Amino acid sequence: MKVLVTAKRVVDPDVKVKLDGSGNLDLSNVEYKLNPFDEYGVEEAVKLKEAGKADEVIVVSVGTSDSQKEIRTALAMGADRGILVEVDEDEDLDPLTIAKLINGVVQREEPQLILLGKLAVDAENNQVGQMLGALTGFGQGTFAYRLDIEDGYAIVGREVDGGTADVKVALPAIVTADLRLNEPRYASLPGIMKAKKKPLDVLTPDDLDVEVDAQVRVVGYELPPERAAGVIVADVDELIEKLRNEAKVIG
Amino acid sequence: MGFYDNFLDEGQSLLRESCKRFALKEIRPFADEWEEAETFPRELYKKAAKAGILGVGFPEAVGGSGGGPVEILMSVEGLMHGTSTGVTVGLGTLGIALPAVVQSENSELIDRIARPVFAGDRIAALAITEPGTGSDVAGVRTTAKADGDDFIVNGAKMFISSGVRADYIVALCRTGEDTHGGLTFFVIESDMPGVSVSRSLKKTGWRASDTAELAFDGVRVPKRNMVGELGSGFFAVMRNFQTERLALAGYGYATAELALEESIRYARDREAFGRPIMRFQVTRHKLAEMATKVTAAKTFTYQVASRMAAGEHCVTEVSMAKNMCAQVANEVTYEAVQIHGGMGYMRESVVERLSRDARLLPIGGGTQEIMREIIAKNMGL
Ligand SMILES: Cc1cc2nc3c(=O)[nH]c(=O)nc-3n(C[C@H](O)[C@H](O)[C@H](O)COP(=O)(O)OP(=O)(O)OC[C@H]3O[C@@H](n4cnc5c(N)ncnc54)[C@H](O)[C@@H]3O)c2cc1C
Repeated sequence: MKVLVTAKRVVDPDVKVKLDGSGNLDLSNVEYKLNPFDEYGVEEAVKLKEAGKADEVIVVSVGTSDSQKEIRTALAMGADRGILVEVDEDEDLDPLTIAKLINGVVQREEPQLILLGKLAVDAENNQVGQMLGALTGFGQGTFAYRLDIEDGYAIVGREVDGGTADVKVALPAIVTADLRLNEPRYASLPGIMKAKKKPLDVLTPDDLDVEVDAQVRVVGYELPPERAAGVIVADVDELIEKLRNEAKVIG
Repeated sequence: MGFYDNFLDEGQSLLRESCKRFALKEIRPFADEWEEAETFPRELYKKAAKAGILGVGFPEAVGGSGGGPVEILMSVEGLMHGTSTGVTVGLGTLGIALPAVVQSENSELIDRIARPVFAGDRIAALAITEPGTGSDVAGVRTTAKADGDDFIVNGAKMFISSGVRADYIVALCRTGEDTHGGLTFFVIESDMPGVSVSRSLKKTGWRASDTAELAFDGVRVPKRNMVGELGSGFFAVMRNFQTERLALAGYGYATAELALEESIRYARDREAFGRPIMRFQVTRHKLAEMATKVTAAKTFTYQVASRMAAGEHCVTEVSMAKNMCAQVANEVTYEAVQIHGGMGYMRESVVERLSRDARLLPIGGGTQEIMREIIAKNMGL
């Protein structure tokens, strides 16, 4: 079984991104890393390979040439080869464009399983996996906390509101990874050295016959309003009174 | 192009980030607790081994992870994001204990001693310093006397990092009269009769790392535990000091860099006289000066590491880097505490710990004075 797994380059979620004077993100001095949710996907793919259930793990990233580093990280964790779909500017991309580009890679590689993070921690769109499902026509199991591959099916334990639900999806299938899927390994030095020798192909949107024409564009950034100071209530009755009459959130 | 691209290839950058990630997840959340407990869980060795961190700087053929001086520096820098020098040091004692073992090319000894340590199953410590001698390595008085196929070891060792719970103590012993040629390393196993921990020492900083005074009382050590040739010990010490000092330089700039980051954060949040203290030019200038020192120390150390990696003999420069970074760490953490005001003197502040941890850097692994002695000598003065 061939597994395709995504690796997006994102601003390190531990750094606080600031705005510059003109309402743009100030990205000087920020560090980038592999999207944590993609890390779960990569780990799961590598585990499938170690368990003998996958033959090849291909990691794909859509982004500028800088994204090669995130592909290398995934290769250092154990993926076999990488594909970068290179664009000039990250601003050229929106979730649908990314899904189309990944679909282009899916058509070329014909993987049986496609693993994505449930979302990328930069824009938190949570859309690419689902859109890819529509474009490919494959079944999907989103927000996976557990994944088993058996007899041509992916059995996906999903995290849903108020609990969990299992779905059984025929392969080829799309699975998006949630937090509890696994514990991603650290890229070790021997893994990093091996990754240097693994193939990394660079494709353009043209190679995939996809027109890059984002329908969603960022027009500006602003910080959320400062939170007003809280008040201390004397008892539950006062709390209910305020929720009902001031905040008007209960009837 | 960022700072790191000037010095690191992609693999080295990835290693730095991977070690940092390990530190942020596996160390930082527990650093306060482990510092107070003056130890950390043994299983952290296992985790670090699995992440390939323990073996950095040692060939894969002997159970290490590969890499040279630059990779060693990156692992130190990454791990320091855990904010506890003690934990970094504790995990790292194999880095000073095992080089002589690995360089001996004695495969039996390597398989039996080094491999389990790289795997995180055993802990190794290096024991040179004694109650009566430190800077003067040749003054070692612990003796190892041949007795049939064994050696009988008698003496005491002082300030031994990881010494309280080490399984293997790589100890420098006197085996002959010759000042330098009469010293030999032996692997002393902690369960050999006659080995005891005289004291677990209480320290100013590096608290999560245990430090021991050890006694060897007629310890019978089989000859197969001798490291390298008889009389090769002093030269092994001198050879391996360079890497240890490079790592200590790494502790230095990394300590200073963390203190700087903490101070910038604090200065933005803390208000006095109705405004954030960052609004005072005095604070900003202080931070600018701190950043200048950090950048200079870090840049210089990276440069020395790359020269060492290229095979250059850099005894002078690595001694300079060790001194410069130790000094920068102390100056910068001093100002960091100052910027934090009273909070800087509280255990709950990271900079409080960093300022205590920094104090050892001009002492351990060769004092500031000894470094200057080396530099002066090599200058032909
Ligand atoms: C927390 C901690 C961990 C340690 N871990 C280890 C370990 O794992 N293994 C190990 O073997 N050792 C370890 N050490 C020992 C450390 O390496 C020594 O403390 C250090 O080398 C200095 O030796 P000393 O303490 O005997 O000082 P001394 O040599 O007694 O020096 C005292 C003072 O005299 C100065 N001085 C000495 N000689 C000269 C000279 N020729 N010219 C000018 N000034 C001089 C020194 O610079 C210093 O200021 C550790 C020490 C500490 C505190």
